[in-house]
Amino acid sequence: MTMDSIALSRQMLDGDKMIVNMGPSHPTTHGTLRIVLELEGETITKATPEMGYLHRGVEKLGESLSYQQFIPLTDRLNYCSAIMNNVGYTTAVEKLMDIQIPKRAAHIRVLMSELSRVADHIVCVGVNAVDIGAFTAFLYLFKQRETAYDLFEMASGQRLHTSFTRIGGLFRDIPEGFVPLAERFLVECSEAIDELERLLTKNPIWHDRTKGIGVISAEDAVNWGYTGPSLRAAGVPQDLRKAQPYLGYETYDFDIPVGTTGDVFDRYLVRVEEMRQSLRIIRQVLDRLEPGPVMVDDPKVALPPKEKVYTRMESLIHHFKLIMHGMEMPVGEVYSATEAANGELGFYIVSDGGKNPYRIRVRPPCLPIFSSFESQVKGGLIADAVAVLGAMNIIAGELDR
Amino acid sequence: MIIEHIDAQLPGTVTDRHAFRGDQTIVIAKENLLAVVELLYREGFQLLVDITAVDWPERPNAQGAEGAGRFDVVYHWLNLASQERLRVKVPVAEGESVPSLTGTFKTADWFEREVFDMFGIRFDGHPDLRRLLTWPDFPGHALRKDFPLDGGDVFCMEGCTAPYNNGERGERS
Repeated sequence: MTMDSIALSRQMLDGDKMIVNMGPSHPTTHGTLRIVLELEGETITKATPEMGYLHRGVEKLGESLSYQQFIPLTDRLNYCSAIMNNVGYTTAVEKLMDIQIPKRAAHIRVLMSELSRVADHIVCVGVNAVDIGAFTAFLYLFKQRETAYDLFEMASGQRLHTSFTRIGGLFRDIPEGFVPLAERFLVECSEAIDELERLLTKNPIWHDRTKGIGVISAEDAVNWGYTGPSLRAAGVPQDLRKAQPYLGYETYDFDIPVGTTGDVFDRYLVRVEEMRQSLRIIRQVLDRLEPGPVMVDDPKVALPPKEKVYTRMESLIHHFKLIMHGMEMPVGEVYSATEAANGELGFYIVSDGGKNPYRIRVRPPCLPIFSSFESQVKGGLIADAVAVLGAMNIIAGELDR
Repeated sequence: MIIEHIDAQLPGTVTDRHAFRGDQTIVIAKENLLAVVELLYREGFQLLVDITAVDWPERPNAQGAEGAGRFDVVYHWLNLASQERLRVKVPVAEGESVPSLTGTFKTADWFEREVFDMFGIRFDGHPDLRRLLTWPDFPGHALRKDFPLDGGDVFCMEGCTAPYNNGERGERS
């Protein structure tokens, strides 16, 4: 079909226009997505995004998997910050079941979410800079990203596909040695962010390439369904961590950076400041971490410990019931949203009381943002399309689901 | 509260309502959708968070009697000023279409395309209603309940039999 669309538009050509395929495998597309650009000289006259290359039918699969089994699929949505997807999904199921997770579990969820927000913004800012031609910033920051991934690996055993949360808490507690490494990360990452800012924030070439590119007004951003850093860069101070707090975010002290014009430069500044604020939150979490359980004490939700399964009859029955019949779910529907790195990550779950969700809908933050791509780049230069695409932080796994 | 306001301004449009775990839901007929949306927009519900649908093939009058249908088109709105959320459900029978919201919300464009792609629900007045995630000659609509999980015969090689999901949900061998 894509060949058809090219052939069709070629008929309309008058000789001056040129079709350029950006993607499906292009270094700046961060996954496989494709944009068919129609150019007049270097000016973009039309940009048609084609998506679905990474469509794996996550929502359809969810209808055949139990609530716990869906967690690994959420890793593969936004794979740059997998833990935030885990947290978003389990928060939604916990809202459906109306259960409260233990304090320590909530603290560790906040800690890991903010770590992955930093890691995600590092990818976004660093790769955006690489796409425009500034390679050094990317390398400075990627050392910190490695440390963040080391922390994920320590906690969950996996770097990318973490599956760290469970319904009712966490897969396990953070291990010994985690907190000292996190402390070191706080210091080193904050230095690296300073270095990044010294490289870019006052760099005239960076200004030339990013200022005034992808400008969007606050009204337009809301109308396009923007959320997250892109919306805040346009001047709307909407952050679900403040506006509709979950996991106790209201008890942490942090600020929401807001831009004015919504252009690529503002999005960069907002993301850099958000990294600093995330480090602030991590600092506060580390200070208030207390020993305690990380799973709810409810045999209808949490699997019993293995040694009890082997020695006690009730635990064996609970284990069997949970694995074979799943959890008891109320009939109803919930929509639960969390502030992921890209914006509002929503899960809409319809339950008919069965073992599996009747319908599970993932509201990806970058789908509405990406839908405005054509209006953002139309009339601009082809080189700016790359800058705009990078600043939108499109993750194809989340876009296509 | 917005639901009382809708009741006062457009009496009789809200056919059903419920609140579950703090989520406000109203059900309206598709004829009244545009009027309600206009009111919502004026009242500050300007961020259309999501459009999706749910397939209920076993619903009693699934074949398009008044008031109910096979699908629910589900809209989620967020009021940025008051941080109030509202879910609006519009029942629609198979073959019927829903008015498009692209006139008021630009973000409705791709969400409606996705619902059309996954459920086959058409949106009246949509400027470019093409499939979003699958390709144009994709057989069927993937998120309908009668679409088999493994894709069915179309995606099976010759001689391959579907090992699970013979029409029943969640039964895997």
